[in-house]
Amino acid sequence: MAEAAKIHDPAASGTVLKVAGLKRYFDVSAPWLNRVLERQPRQILKAVDGIDLEIARGETFGLVGESGCGKSTVARLIVGLHGPTAGSIELEGRNIAGLSRKQMAPVRRRLQMIFQDPYASLNPRWRVRDIVAEPIRAFGLASDKAAVERRVGELLEQVRLNPRDGEKFPHEFSGGQRQRISIARALASNPEFLVCDEPTSALDVSVQAQILNLMRDLQRDLGLTYLFISHNLAVVYHISNRVGVMYLGKMVEQAPSRTLFTTPRHPYTRLLLDTIPDLDMTGRERTPVGGEVPNPINPPTGCSFHPRCPFANERCRVESPRALAMPGNATVACHGVEEGRVPEEPVLAAPAVPEGLGGSVHDG
Amino acid sequence: MAMANPLLQVRNLVVEFPTRRGTLTAVDDISFDIAEGEVLGVVGESGAGKSMTGAAVIGLLEPPGRIASGEVLLEGRRIDNLPYEKMRRIRGKEIGAIFQDPLTSLNPLYSIGRQLTETIMTHTDMTPTQARARAVELLAEVGIPAPERRVDQYPHQFSGGMRQRVVIALALCVNPRLIIADEPTTALDVSIQAQIIALLKRLCREHGTAVMLVTHDMGVIAETADRVAVMYAGRIAEIGPVREVIKNAKHPYTHGLMGSIPAIGHDADRLEQIPGSMPRLTDIPPGCAFNPRCLHAFDRCRRDRPELIAVDDGQVSCWLYDTAAGRTTAEAKAIVASRSGTAMERADG
Repeated sequence: MAEAAKIHDPAASGTVLKVAGLKRYFDVSAPWLNRVLERQPRQILKAVDGIDLEIARGETFGLVGESGCGKSTVARLIVGLHGPTAGSIELEGRNIAGLSRKQMAPVRRRLQMIFQDPYASLNPRWRVRDIVAEPIRAFGLASDKAAVERRVGELLEQVRLNPRDGEKFPHEFSGGQRQRISIARALASNPEFLVCDEPTSALDVSVQAQILNLMRDLQRDLGLTYLFISHNLAVVYHISNRVGVMYLGKMVEQAPSRTLFTTPRHPYTRLLLDTIPDLDMTGRERTPVGGEVPNPINPPTGCSFHPRCPFANERCRVESPRALAMPGNATVACHGVEEGRVPEEPVLAAPAVPEGLGGSVHDG
Repeated sequence: MAMANPLLQVRNLVVEFPTRRGTLTAVDDISFDIAEGEVLGVVGESGAGKSMTGAAVIGLLEPPGRIASGEVLLEGRRIDNLPYEKMRRIRGKEIGAIFQDPLTSLNPLYSIGRQLTETIMTHTDMTPTQARARAVELLAEVGIPAPERRVDQYPHQFSGGMRQRVVIALALCVNPRLIIADEPTTALDVSIQAQIIALLKRLCREHGTAVMLVTHDMGVIAETADRVAVMYAGRIAEIGPVREVIKNAKHPYTHGLMGSIPAIGHDADRLEQIPGSMPRLTDIPPGCAFNPRCLHAFDRCRRDRPELIAVDDGQVSCWLYDTAAGRTTAEAKAIVASRSGTAMERADG
């Protein structure tokens, strides 16, 4: 454990993961005979359609978007559960896109995933110690039985469980405790990079706070890098250094967390921020924006957001926008922002500690 | 708090589930009122008994669950002991229901129009033509575009947000006095969630309908409810005006819960956390159900169960506020607020 327990030093950080032009298309056509008889064309679902992102060591990159925007597909592509249609995924400078199973094995040790549903991702017939020990055995990380046992105890303690809990089965634990077991399993192979797909979405808020705090502690202690996927904007704000917003398979905006939430540029990001319930009770009414996410099989032409966008014009209907570099280390894919058609006033004022939510309570 | 003319009164309601290993108490002696046109939020984490309370009020508890004691009164009339047929007439006509998953509330084999007209004709004496016209009108009211065309379509032809609008139309179609909405926005995306909340608020204001809004989402409560009841382990921990409960929580549980919600614009390295987790129904501790997780618990909390005590405009069940202890409300609140941010972390709960 000693080699992994180094304190994260931001000065030494470099890019851990670099994704460029990543695409994943799914063929969702009807069977061949039906297509021929009913003269239907092939149907292609562009789940991920050209994503670029870079994640620095020790950082948390938050990926947000509504259901069906392709954020989970990005997660599965990065850990190699799907092969990409095009594009590259570089882990510390080495392209891991489309590697064979065998070539992928050493990469898998360094790249682990935490899933949303802690009920479905743990084998109910295995004891917790076997679940956590599986990666240790699979990668041959411990010499003998005693060493495996020691390491499992260590991991359970790391996620604030009792080493004696190893004897139990998953059903004996609550949702939050099961998510701790998933985290222990993910940490078993000493990974550097964790892909977390909605890790707290199935949990109650008080348990969510425990898991988010635990993930922060582990990141600091082990120098981990996270890709954190969630539809909950407040959670993403809390945990991330940098945030990307996805809409229908494309990255519409990317910026440091604070910038994105205080001065959102893309109209879709603004819409998302407007829909956050107002816990400060300022009396602000949420402005419900009309329309829904279109069907990704047949997305709108041009900018896929244009049917819901209040600033859209003819160009948006025809031409798909490219990601544009903005000051402050941000990118935005929007013709309106490029041409200055989208007014610049921020949606939210500069962050202030909401009174009454107990400012001092949170400082600890 | 006694209300002049409560529409709904729940008195000492107890819901039990007999199981092979003994009887579980899902809702444990709770009382509250809902006034006419009022939105009462009921929040709590999973297993707190909030959905059970809603189901008990409309008589839709799934067997073997049953109301073991207590009363539910609608406009002063008892409705918890009515025969099935009588209760069925009250459901729909006087109490409407909206559930989390719109697909389970709609029959996939019937067109939207047929489901609406059937409900309307069951509870009123409209002719089929009138009922159909009313159905189109309702769909327009809940914001479904081209209602004349959509009325003949089937549930699978609607998106999630549109289906939830149809369910709201169904709940509203005979102008009920009360709507029980159980997690009405939980299955929806955030941008759709805002639309549905705005719709529910507008309709209830216009029709003067009271709502019992059951949810785990404090954000939804904050912008929709007039009053809120916070439930924990089948009991009400705190009930009061929404602003009071959210910004000035009195019960240590509510206080911890509010602190554990991450907020945008609020930079904290760590979230406040309540140690442990809610007890299972099989082993609820004696005294106050929250005592093993409470930083301020003392002997009495482990021994006696606290009743709701009137404090300011609300009520709280916490011994810290017991007047016999000679503490002022301000002192008790200071104790609750005094927890340090670096609370001991404990996963075994």
